[in-house]
Amino acid sequence: MIPAARADGESVLPGPAVAAAPVERTRLFGHARYVLTQDPVTAASFTLFLLLLLAALIGPSVVPYEPLASDTAQALQPPNAAHWFGTDQLGRDILSRVVVAARLDMAIAVFSVALVFVLGGVAGVAAGFFGGWTDRIVGRLADTIMAFPLFVLALGIVAALGNSVTNIVLATAIVNFPLYARVARAEALVRRNAGYVQAARLTGNGELRVVLTTVLPNILPIMAVQMSLTMGYAILNAAGLSFVGLGVRPPTPEWGIMVAEGAATIMSGEWWVALFPGLALMLAVFCFNLLGDGLRDIVDPQRRT
Amino acid sequence: MSDVNLLEVQDLSVEFATRRGLVRAVQRVNLSVARGETLAVVGESGSGKSVTSYAVMRILDRAGRIAEGAVSFSGIAMQQLDEAAMQDLRGREISMIFQNPRAALNPIRSVGQQIGDVLLRHGQAERGTARAKAIEALEQVRIARPAERYDAYPFELSGGMCQRVVIAIALACRPRLLIADEPTTGLDVTTQKAVMDLITELTRARGMSTLLITHDLGLAAAYCDRVVVMEKGRVVETAAASTIFRAPAHPYTRRLMRATPRPGAALSDLLPEPPATPPPAPPPPGEVLLEVAGLVKEYARAGAGGAMARLLGRGAGAAPFRAVDDIGFTVRRGESVGLVGESGCGKSTTSMMIMRLLDATAGSIRFEGRDIGATPAARFAHDPVRRRIQMVFQDPTDSLNPRLQAARAIADPILRMGTERGAALRARVEELAGLVGLPTELLDRFPHQLSGGQKARVGIARAIALNPELVILDEPTAALDVSVQAVVLNLLQDLKAKLGMSYLFVSHDLHVVRLLCDRVIVMRAGRIVEQGDTAAVLGAPAADYTRELLACLPQPPV
Repeated sequence: MIPAARADGESVLPGPAVAAAPVERTRLFGHARYVLTQDPVTAASFTLFLLLLLAALIGPSVVPYEPLASDTAQALQPPNAAHWFGTDQLGRDILSRVVVAARLDMAIAVFSVALVFVLGGVAGVAAGFFGGWTDRIVGRLADTIMAFPLFVLALGIVAALGNSVTNIVLATAIVNFPLYARVARAEALVRRNAGYVQAARLTGNGELRVVLTTVLPNILPIMAVQMSLTMGYAILNAAGLSFVGLGVRPPTPEWGIMVAEGAATIMSGEWWVALFPGLALMLAVFCFNLLGDGLRDIVDPQRRT
Repeated sequence: MSDVNLLEVQDLSVEFATRRGLVRAVQRVNLSVARGETLAVVGESGSGKSVTSYAVMRILDRAGRIAEGAVSFSGIAMQQLDEAAMQDLRGREISMIFQNPRAALNPIRSVGQQIGDVLLRHGQAERGTARAKAIEALEQVRIARPAERYDAYPFELSGGMCQRVVIAIALACRPRLLIADEPTTGLDVTTQKAVMDLITELTRARGMSTLLITHDLGLAAAYCDRVVVMEKGRVVETAAASTIFRAPAHPYTRRLMRATPRPGAALSDLLPEPPATPPPAPPPPGEVLLEVAGLVKEYARAGAGGAMARLLGRGAGAAPFRAVDDIGFTVRRGESVGLVGESGCGKSTTSMMIMRLLDATAGSIRFEGRDIGATPAARFAHDPVRRRIQMVFQDPTDSLNPRLQAARAIADPILRMGTERGAALRARVEELAGLVGLPTELLDRFPHQLSGGQKARVGIARAIALNPELVILDEPTAALDVSVQAVVLNLLQDLKAKLGMSYLFVSHDLHVVRLLCDRVIVMRAGRIVEQGDTAAVLGAPAADYTRELLACLPQPPV
């Protein structure tokens, strides 16, 4: 969205502007390193995040067993040297399934958050900046969504649209819409009459251009933090939908389904079937929530003292 | 008077742990306040004057720590007191007034309760008597109808009233020392005088000592017995108020005094050294450039005439609030016109309407005879006149987009409305930077990497980028230190002479207006009370209100 500032097609200030960019970047990296070394919790959450990312990217090619291969002879083995996390009712290796599931769960979270980031962000900024009818329509839309228990709404959307990963992404995005729209609206409202926005008007920018080139880029850091915070919720939502039997279908490895499958065996003493996918889910959510705090410290210029 | 000073600060150093290692904000500061004395600590931003007072109160934030030195209060060594003892001391023995009264008050508790809280905390009142005592305290700071105001919330009171409440809280427990940190910054001159008179009178009546922290030499001279001048964390001079201004010993004090606008001084007198070449004489004002007539701006009153009330055909009784009430004036080519008045008088609303950022309710704004007020503000971005009227904003920090480098900020108007591109654009930006005295190497910095004075220069460069004919200056130096203000004012004067622009200078500071403006317009409550040549209006004011404004100005020492 920032390149919109250069929509005229000319490079603004050729030499020095380009030369200055790396300086700014190393400064940000330096600051990030500072925050990470000063705050062990943030450092831990970033490490956890990298692990999750690694699992999602290369997980399927490094796991010891085929996640879908059942071996009834090995069914319901407790954790041991061959199967670190044990095996499930069909004798599938839980460690492999937990690692492989990271890709699907992360993908659902990332796509739904990206979708709502664009939709909610644009709607919210428009509502805050233009006010009037735009504000009323966006506001009432958000209110309508908020009027339902969010998980029940997501359930309803997936049930109505059909059981697919795309619809889980869509449902997760829709239930998160009010959060994004409201944050973006509040931030745009604060900036609507800021000095630099007025100055942008004086330099001949029309209202639409002011929104796109001046207001929106200044809201991005706050929205980025919001993204990280809702990411955990998105993962939980996707897993929840699968847990109750909507969305991803067995035998696809997915944390929510695995917890659901394991729940049946807890009573008979096979605790590991539900515990390990549940633990992965918890750590992922935990990691994204902590990441939000760290991210805020990194992107907020006021903390760079 | 006993021979022990009430407050004695010896060799105080304060360190802050930052990313670039330890920074000494205060270095071996010595100062003392005798009983019943009023001491001013004067300095520009970053001089360590506030940090010194925070160290005395031991309310430094986490990164700061007292590295060395001793603070004693009526003979007690304060560094030996634990936090509980300090809490007893704060508020009961030593009180503090902060700069922004609204931020210092709890917004969700009534002001009376907040006074009561302090009284209860320090055992000065019982539950049953707190209300009566709080009302008494409000009465002492001259708040009219104190019993009613007891239940008022901070947002219902004006800035001056809020500061009175803060003073009432600070004085409620009859402390022996009052620390006032820029108590009147941000208040109007008339309110400033009332607040300062009140502080002086109350402290004198109670035999209290006061430590006044200020950047305003005039204020220090008018209200204090002794003055301590600080620069970069060090005390450079301590002397009686009556002598320091007559015979300043330290070069920094002299520089500070020089930079303070005062009657009888010309703009170039404010600079540390007179300019090598005398400034070119401004050409005489030419034909009328801007003509404002019958300008009105009305706002609907809150709560009156909502959608529901309109639907029911009721609630149309309340008349709308007139922020600007039928004003008219002209600005000639090459002329500087000052628009002065207190906050809320409508001067900013007027400038916003002329800038075409706000639509007027009625009246005309003629620019070279054409009514530019007829084009709605929302569509004015594409009007050919847009590039000919520009503005310098009050707050240099707020008016620069934090994500744009200085060069890009200056280039913004040229990219939208100018013709230069590529290398020619860069050359033009560098030329503008040269005009406003901004070193070229700073052009690639982001606003937060620039100082206040540098940001002000970027704002001015942006405003003059398209060679506008009219520039509205909205308190362009209000956020700057006096020495920086002196430089910026001179810069504005030079630019005007060089480029032949007209200025509409919006300000509350009559000293500054006197220096820069040919004519002055005094506004009050949306109306013009007086306008005319600066020398005539400020020298022999016709309106009572102008006289009152002039009388309230603290007279800087000459």
